[in-house]
Amino acid sequence: MINFEIDGKPVSVPKNGTVMDGANQLGIYIPHFCYHKKLSIAANCRMCLVQVEKAPKPLPACATPAMEGMKVFTHSGQAVTAQKGVMEFLLINHPLDCPICDQGGECQLQDLAVGYGASSSRYTEAKRVVANKNLGPLISTDMTRCIHCTRCVRFGQEIAGIMELGMVGRGEHSEILAFVGKTVDSELSGNVIDLCPVGALVSKPFRYSARTWELSRRKSISPHCGLGSNLIVQIKQNRVMRVLPRENEEINECWLSDKDRFSYEGLNSEERLTKPMIKQGGVWQECDWQTALEFVANGLKDVKEKYGAESIGALGSAHSTLEELYLLQKLVRGLGSESVDHRVRQSDFRADSQMQGAPWLGMPIAEISQLKSLLVIGSTLRKDHPLLAHRIRQAVKHGAELNVINPIDDDLLTKVRNRAIVAPDKMISMLAEVLKAIAELKGVEIPDDAKNALSTVSASDTARAMAISLSDNKPAAIFIGNLAQHHPRYTDICKLAQHIAQISDIRFGVLGEAANSVGAYIAGAVPFDNRFGNRNADIAGDRHGGQGANASQMLGMDDAASGTGCKAYILLNLEPELDCYNTQRAVRTLAAADLVVMMSAYKSHAAIQDNYADVLLPIAPFTETSGTFISTEGRVQGFNGVVAPLGETRPAWKVLRVLGNILQLDGFDYETSEQVRADVLPAGNDVSAWLNSSLGSLAVNPIEAGKENKGSVGLQRIGEVPIYQADLIVRRAESLQRTRDAAAPLAWMPGSLMAQLGLQTEEVIRLKQGEGEVQLPVAQDDKLPANCIRVASAHPSTAALGGMFDQITVEKS
Amino acid sequence: MLSAESLKKIDYELTKYPADQKQSAVMSALAIAQDEKGWLTTETMDFVAEYLDMPSIAVYEVATFYTMYNLQPIGKYKITVCTNLPCALSGANEAVAHFREKLGIGFNETTTDGKFTLKEGECMGACGDAPVLLVNNKRMCSFMSNDKIDQLLEDLSK
Ligand code: SF4
Ligand code: FES
Ligand code: FES
Repeated sequence: MINFEIDGKPVSVPKNGTVMDGANQLGIYIPHFCYHKKLSIAANCRMCLVQVEKAPKPLPACATPAMEGMKVFTHSGQAVTAQKGVMEFLLINHPLDCPICDQGGECQLQDLAVGYGASSSRYTEAKRVVANKNLGPLISTDMTRCIHCTRCVRFGQEIAGIMELGMVGRGEHSEILAFVGKTVDSELSGNVIDLCPVGALVSKPFRYSARTWELSRRKSISPHCGLGSNLIVQIKQNRVMRVLPRENEEINECWLSDKDRFSYEGLNSEERLTKPMIKQGGVWQECDWQTALEFVANGLKDVKEKYGAESIGALGSAHSTLEELYLLQKLVRGLGSESVDHRVRQSDFRADSQMQGAPWLGMPIAEISQLKSLLVIGSTLRKDHPLLAHRIRQAVKHGAELNVINPIDDDLLTKVRNRAIVAPDKMISMLAEVLKAIAELKGVEIPDDAKNALSTVSASDTARAMAISLSDNKPAAIFIGNLAQHHPRYTDICKLAQHIAQISDIRFGVLGEAANSVGAYIAGAVPFDNRFGNRNADIAGDRHGGQGANASQMLGMDDAASGTGCKAYILLNLEPELDCYNTQRAVRTLAAADLVVMMSAYKSHAAIQDNYADVLLPIAPFTETSGTFISTEGRVQGFNGVVAPLGETRPAWKVLRVLGNILQLDGFDYETSEQVRADVLPAGNDVSAWLNSSLGSLAVNPIEAGKENKGSVGLQRIGEVPIYQADLIVRRAESLQRTRDAAAPLAWMPGSLMAQLGLQTEEVIRLKQGEGEVQLPVAQDDKLPANCIRVASAHPSTAALGGMFDQITVEKS
Repeated sequence: MLSAESLKKIDYELTKYPADQKQSAVMSALAIAQDEKGWLTTETMDFVAEYLDMPSIAVYEVATFYTMYNLQPIGKYKITVCTNLPCALSGANEAVAHFREKLGIGFNETTTDGKFTLKEGECMGACGDAPVLLVNNKRMCSFMSNDKIDQLLEDLSK
């Protein structure tokens, strides 16, 4: 520790600490622009000049190392004169357009100019003008305002992992831009808007729509990926105007992904459903709530009478709140059915009977940055978990070794130590090899339940390198990504990975796909009794101990269940034509049902056109209801509605409560969402007793057997969920839909396969799965494994296809 | 994109730095590329970026910072005359005036036959030899009186 003095107050900072660090500790404010606690030190704005005893000139606080016994003065005559001098220089070329500048009111330059600027300028010469740049649909530029602090440049290099902006030219001619003809495409790009201390980089969707001081700030939680980013939602006249990060060092730090930041546009979409609608005689009509709810209640009763309670099923998306999912399952169970699920994109439910708890990250998010080695299995990491990917990049920067087993080889913008890019069906054998290698390395027996499966496996060099990396570097972890969770052999992937984790004594985690992936289990939105022996309060009447149908069975998605299904469905926050493992079969199954109730914030085109729905109930998105999400690290985060529900929209928990009352079910007398939550979490916010990713003693299937053969016969589809198609809100966020990441799906395949099939790039081909087919242009990606075609799911243009990782056939058209 | 010969030169430069810090060679790589192509197109800079495993924008930063990189097509001979104070005091302005008259072009212009481009330069660290100029970044000419300029232009025109 180094002890020194600032403004007469003693302070000590660690070795390599700076004067700025000391000042921050003491709460002394030193004006600054280029300094940012999360970025490297550039010391190029000079605003932070302070006086240091015995130093002949003022020194920049951000870049001056603290020294034993040093005496610093931040407000002395010399310091203030220096700061004022710098301010005068900065203002020479800065335009006086604050009245029309979006940054006005939250501009660091404006604020500091009040404190350090002169009331008029001595500069009478012409000001410099810099042409604006097109950085894409999210960031708008006014480059004349730039003060060249290079925060935006350093953000790209150091946090986003990809340098998209740079400072070109020199001296008076320097300017910030992207390389000729390029835009800023990082999935974290919006953060430069917050970082820019002036109005040079501002939000394009928000541009000129409000002044910052007209906005009220409300706290909220992101409804998208499993991270649970903390948000500030800013509203004006009952409308969400923009979203900013709420700093939380343990979760999102001071960042937000573009998905979290810009998806709010979807909340104000034209497609919002504002009145209940019923289909009568094939015609959709708006109606009042009373009529709609009675229609639903009568429909459910009829189905129950005619076909029995088991023919009622409910599916809720894990982007719904804990309270909503809890009441959904309570309603269905109250009616006498156990068929309730949230895992609509999962295809392998073999482990259901063995689950020991809710699969979770296995460790706090913040500890990811400290990992020394990790293995990520089946993930479009940057797109599914943008900020987790950032944490992993930071870990790698500090020496961690990243190992990847994946069917795709997208650039992770960081060093990958060992990678195995293999076809989806080969991921199992790859993992088996790693398990074998680690067992050999540690000299332990292969666990019994994997012994049979592994008898013919021998470890490759890559597998051995991964095993060494995981066992030699502690702390380490294995993460199961979204692709692996949707994989037809998810159970085997999990089992093998857990054995590897156990033998090498490292963490095992499942990366939560949605904001409430963990919460959905805890709420009971699964077709099996999930008290896991842990639940201390018994909830009367809502469990039957039996087994209901899972998502795949309910929607007739797997081969065995094809053609079957329920007679009545309640869908919560779902668009089955986009959100399911096998959209083709899901839609067909729904269409054959007697009653499909959609609780949704949107008038989904497909629901109306494909004619599978019978009732649409307008429910509130996360900004219009109170609720709770449980993040992938098991953190319980409650939030309140920030605006009033739009039109006749109602919070889903209230709708379900009223429905429960109309159906005369017990235990639906909640007055507030907090009461619902208290029922789910009687012991408060500690849910650690529920968190357990273990699958018991389930045996691993033979490596080459099972479902994978279905794929290995011909071509395998790799059907990832594109970043801006993952849920209902983001699908309708217009600006995000104009980014590169939202480009329409193509049929990506390796050159070898193109040659074999005689295809050219951009040639439109016919892709077939089951009875459905779509036409897409071919694109070449030589990093894909042989005989694989990457065709995104969750997109209207591929909705007619079948399973995300099933066999697919190609025809020239 | 670049000739095998240029690539060989770049590869040689690369041997001077650790394997994971290829971008250290960016300045020499750009100079080598420019020697071959005359000036640096977007494509050339992109190519260098890829070759050195660095972001294109970072190459662009370097190329725009140093005045010796040509980002626009230039004549066969680029003549850069130092006009900083010591040179100016010792006849640089007269030298420039003489060039203007003889070539019929001003700074940043190229003669119609594509032979000469005139550039304004900063101190070249040879103030004692003023006025000084550079031909194509590499050849320095000192004490450039009008006679010597005539001589130079004649030699280059051959
Ligand atoms: S654009 Fe903003 S963040 Fe980037 S250098 Fe200029 S002032 Fe700094
Ligand atoms: S904040 Fe210290 S120089 Fe910019
Ligand atoms: S001023 Fe011309 S070389 Fe120094």
